[in-house]
Amino acid sequence: MLLTITYEGENTQELGFLLHKNPERPQQFELSCGKAYVFYPEVSDKRTTAALLLDIDPIDLARGKTGSRDGGLFDYVNDRPYAATSFMSTAIVRIFGTAMSGRCDKRRELADTPLNLTAEIFSLKDGGDTELAAQMFEPLGYTVSAERTKLDDKFPEWGISPYINLTIKGNVRLSELLNHIYVLIPVFDKQKHYYIDEDEIKKLLGHGEGWLANHPYREKIARRYFDAKKSYARRAIDILLSDGETVSDTDNTESEGEKEIRTPLNALRMETVKNAVLESGAESVIDLGCGECRLTSLLLSEQQIKKVTACDVSVSVLEKAAQRLHLDRMNQYKKNKLNLMQASLTYRDKRFEGHDCACVVEVIEHIETVRIPAFERAVFEFACPKTVIVTTPNREYNANYRNMQENSLRHGDHRFEWTRQEFKSWTEHICEKFGYGCVISGIGENDENLGTPTQMGVFTKNG
Amino acid sequence: MDKFRIEIPEFCLVAMIGGTSSGKTSFANRFFRHTEVLSSDFFRGMVCDDENSQEHSGDAFDLLYYAANKRLDNMKLTVIDATNIQSKAREKIINISREQNVHAAAIVLNLPEDILQERNKLRPERNFPERVIRQHSRDVRRCIKGLKREGFRFVYVINSPEQLENTEIIRTKLWNDKKDMHSPLDIIGDIHGCCDELEMLLDKLGYVRDNGIYSHPQGRKAAFLGDFCDRGNRNADVLRLVMDMVKSGNAIAVPGNHDVKLLKYLRGKNITLSHGIDKTIAEIEAKGDDFKKETAEFIDGLISHYVLDDGKLVISHAGIKQEYIGRGSARVREFCLYGEVTGETDSYGLPVRLDWTADYRGRANVVYGHIAGKEVRAQNGTYCIDTGCVFGGKLTALRYPEKEFVSVDALKQYYEPIKPLEENTDENMGDMLTVGDFNKKLHIETQLMHSIDIHENNAAAALEIMSRFAADPHWLIYLPPTMSPCETSSLDGYLEHPFEAFEYYRSRGIRNVVCEKKHMGSRAVIILCRTPETAMKRFGITDGSRGIIYTRTGRRFFDNPDTENALLGRLDRVMTETGFWNDFNTDWVCLDTELMPWSEKAQGLIRSQYAPTGNAGAESLSHAADMLEKACQRSNNAFEVDKITSGQNVDLNAVLECYRNKQNDIENYIKAYREYCWTVKNIDDYRIAPFHVLACEGRVFSEEKHTWHMETLRKYITGIDPVFMETPYICVDTENRESVDSAAEWWINLTSDGGEGMVVKPETFTARQGFKLLQPAVKCRGREYLRIIYGAEYLEKEHLKRLKSRSLNRKRTLALKEFSLGVESLSRFVKGEPLYRVHECSFGVLAFESEPVDPRL
Repeated sequence: MLLTITYEGENTQELGFLLHKNPERPQQFELSCGKAYVFYPEVSDKRTTAALLLDIDPIDLARGKTGSRDGGLFDYVNDRPYAATSFMSTAIVRIFGTAMSGRCDKRRELADTPLNLTAEIFSLKDGGDTELAAQMFEPLGYTVSAERTKLDDKFPEWGISPYINLTIKGNVRLSELLNHIYVLIPVFDKQKHYYIDEDEIKKLLGHGEGWLANHPYREKIARRYFDAKKSYARRAIDILLSDGETVSDTDNTESEGEKEIRTPLNALRMETVKNAVLESGAESVIDLGCGECRLTSLLLSEQQIKKVTACDVSVSVLEKAAQRLHLDRMNQYKKNKLNLMQASLTYRDKRFEGHDCACVVEVIEHIETVRIPAFERAVFEFACPKTVIVTTPNREYNANYRNMQENSLRHGDHRFEWTRQEFKSWTEHICEKFGYGCVISGIGENDENLGTPTQMGVFTKNG
Repeated sequence: MDKFRIEIPEFCLVAMIGGTSSGKTSFANRFFRHTEVLSSDFFRGMVCDDENSQEHSGDAFDLLYYAANKRLDNMKLTVIDATNIQSKAREKIINISREQNVHAAAIVLNLPEDILQERNKLRPERNFPERVIRQHSRDVRRCIKGLKREGFRFVYVINSPEQLENTEIIRTKLWNDKKDMHSPLDIIGDIHGCCDELEMLLDKLGYVRDNGIYSHPQGRKAAFLGDFCDRGNRNADVLRLVMDMVKSGNAIAVPGNHDVKLLKYLRGKNITLSHGIDKTIAEIEAKGDDFKKETAEFIDGLISHYVLDDGKLVISHAGIKQEYIGRGSARVREFCLYGEVTGETDSYGLPVRLDWTADYRGRANVVYGHIAGKEVRAQNGTYCIDTGCVFGGKLTALRYPEKEFVSVDALKQYYEPIKPLEENTDENMGDMLTVGDFNKKLHIETQLMHSIDIHENNAAAALEIMSRFAADPHWLIYLPPTMSPCETSSLDGYLEHPFEAFEYYRSRGIRNVVCEKKHMGSRAVIILCRTPETAMKRFGITDGSRGIIYTRTGRRFFDNPDTENALLGRLDRVMTETGFWNDFNTDWVCLDTELMPWSEKAQGLIRSQYAPTGNAGAESLSHAADMLEKACQRSNNAFEVDKITSGQNVDLNAVLECYRNKQNDIENYIKAYREYCWTVKNIDDYRIAPFHVLACEGRVFSEEKHTWHMETLRKYITGIDPVFMETPYICVDTENRESVDSAAEWWINLTSDGGEGMVVKPETFTARQGFKLLQPAVKCRGREYLRIIYGAEYLEKEHLKRLKSRSLNRKRTLALKEFSLGVESLSRFVKGEPLYRVHECSFGVLAFESEPVDPRL
């Protein structure tokens, strides 16, 4: 992990004073994650380069002693020792902390003066987002250039490397440069090596003081900086916006089609399904594939519904659902209405029986095609509720999602998506085989040619 | 003086009845095991610390009845030691016995009141008032008469201390218990008066008629499943034949619903003359009163079901639920006669039946009749062998324990069926896995390891993986076990070395081992049927495919079915050419293989982890080395560390040296992973190296040595089509230094260019030290190869030293359990056991795979 800073001009050896590191004395520092070296590959009047080299211990990393939360975060085979990551940011604070703060008693004036500085960051991960480097550094006045290789020369078909060797050149104060690098490295490489807590918001705002609030991509910066902690990102953005002028968000990284309208469509879908449940007259409902229990929580607040069984095959999803519903402090009345359990839709399950209505919302497309017959029997033959509500994406509508590639599916786990005709045929097959009638409708904006984004079938048991 | 004998069934619910101080507790303790006796005093103590607290009786009895039910669930004799004087208390006991389908027995201690009064005075800690004792005595005396009517099947009353002293208790076997009967049986389905066919069938089965009575020269016995008469043309003859065989000890029989109806007629009750009974009656009436009397007694004496052969076989006319087996009650008898009906009738006016066999999970085979079908219907270890002879079908016998079917076709249709005979459907319910069997703590018994427990959270993880990713469970007759590496090497510069692998086996008494080259690919299990029809018949696969290639976690290996088909097609061509199908007399096979290239399945991992790490490493290390070199050249006078006082000073030349090593390491690492990657342009670019012939029809090859597997694969599969490649192997004598050394040499040659290494196996498929099962294989991985496991720099001295401490215990325990489950599921499948029994084993392997284990091992 390597960072170099080059000062070009007159008496550039002075860089040593600014960094508080003697060009004639290579130094070594012990960090919790390994070692760091500071040395000067080049020293002359015209041009001086300082290098910060990190030697991360890969074994400690993998065995969970350093910077890992549960020991399993990092693999032995890992880019962490080599790529520029949050380790580098921490090292900068630790080793160039004084320079970062802009303090330099011996060369105060120089520290306050914008200089002709170049920084090179090696193996910085942008994940192939070729715009990112320019978006981040150009607004700060740098000239940006990035070198990139193939992922593996021997296999050109594997495409480009996710790393760049980044060079930024600008007329800035050294402390500014260091703060820019400190904040922006973790914006490139989102995987942090330490636990993120609330202090991190202060750190971001502190090191971003004077430039981050006016950065056109500040929201993207905050979002990527707090990758896993969305709430922190929101709070940081709020603070940034409150004292800066309003700039429109130009961030477009969320590229999957459905995401654009996901929130409203999902809410609309749940609302529609809930209404269909109520209309069926059902008092007991089973939410098959409940996910995080969005539908279930809607149903729980309906007086008509006396019993809701919510099941999902994923235990971790159920845990999230329990948290989301605040199951631990849910009032007794409501809790008695709800039964949350792990279940599989491809196994016959006696617990599915005895409900008026089953909801299968955006679930079947996650089941392997060869297992669909087992699903059909589990629900329509064995559980056999009076009403079954099934929703699934309408594949034709995908054409409306600008950012989706042709023939791709809306979600990585989807095994298929049906056209309206395919869905209709399937409902007919169900009705014939299991003795149901079915009414098909759409959910979401209706495109004249392509239909609605979601299709819904409400099955009613004959007789 | 004769003993006072109390005879009760060995499994029943016994109520002690007697007032306080009547000596119930000492009686119970004298005749029953202490675990058999549930005393109300004990449970009072349990709920409130005071055995005499009447106020807590409610809670105490709740607990007592709960315990009683648990014992009865497990078919254990249970004695309720309470006064049981109140009719309400006895009613509760009778209700439990009916719910549990066991007989209730009452033992009454009706001792003279003055004795009780005296005893009471001697027990100051209780000391009930006199009137209580008097009341109790009176209540006991009064209840005796009504006990039978209340529902107690057996009632015994003890009236005096002398009688009490002289009592003995005999536990009798249940009527249905014929567990000690082990003779081979020919179980014969519904006859319905088809005596010609019955005689032909007995003939075919090898029975000989002597003095009019059939018997088998080899001592086999016939077992008749009831419905002897009605609809056919020789009803009385069938009765004669069956009664003679049963009475002479050549057969056993259970009654059918038709027989019971006949009995009603013979007892003079009114019956509807429907379903062909009129014919029977006409024939019997012609035979005269003696025959009628004999028939009535015969039918009356029949037991509704029999449990035979150590509990491994149950026969009954209409089948039996698991929880009814070995029990006796009116409900059980009804079930055995009529099956499970809803009480509704269908459009033909026939009773609507529930399919109890779908839920049957008992270990005993149940053979039954009652429902006529075109063929025998087998499901979850139950067999319905009524093949509708009287309707023009055939009369079928199941030969036990061979489980072969022998039948004779009906000579004609004697009776028109009301609705068509049941078809065998592909989609029966037993084919659907039921979640209740899997979402709980599982206990699996295997041949290799007696018992394997799978915890609930692991089962939950397996359920998720099975549901979301696995192939059709019908295909998953085997999941390969995980494999442990050898212990870490004591040699410098090696993390793993063959010496430790050999030593593992040698020190455990295994002299001969086999070393097989480990191909660096992905584990793939291949099942191939000769035709899609075989796949349907044998595996229950209905999508028209004839085979599958799946990963070690049960996922289909190829997303593209064409690739799979093409590979399976080529395998079939090879096996047909070499005559495998004929030589092994099978139409399917299951192979354990390694499929290459690794990059085919590990594409995601390589592009997201392996290649980027190499790329980032090579880039940043080469720049770091450049920078260091510049800095070193700049400071002309070599740095002298010890002159400087600050601990932070560093010798850059040493750092440079270290970074040059790192650069070298990362280059070797890149070389290592590249070795296992190639781009597949067409089918010819795949390589499959089979190393076990796991199973084919009728056989699991876990008894064969590894050399047999290798040679069989050479003879029948590899070396013809370049896709199917041989696995090089050598045999090693672990006691012979030379042999061990040359094997180490062999390994070094395999691995010096980055080869993955080898697998060391005991020469036999399974090996034990004493009773202890040994690892079926340990792997020994190459030095260069391990860079892609432990990181590019793992061989650096500092790193290697730390890496050498690792624990293998967990991995090895898992390997043994998974290995046992794998062999078990194959043998269950080969034996034709139901889907849920096979699935349970694969499910178990997946569950264990969810255990957190160091993934580098």
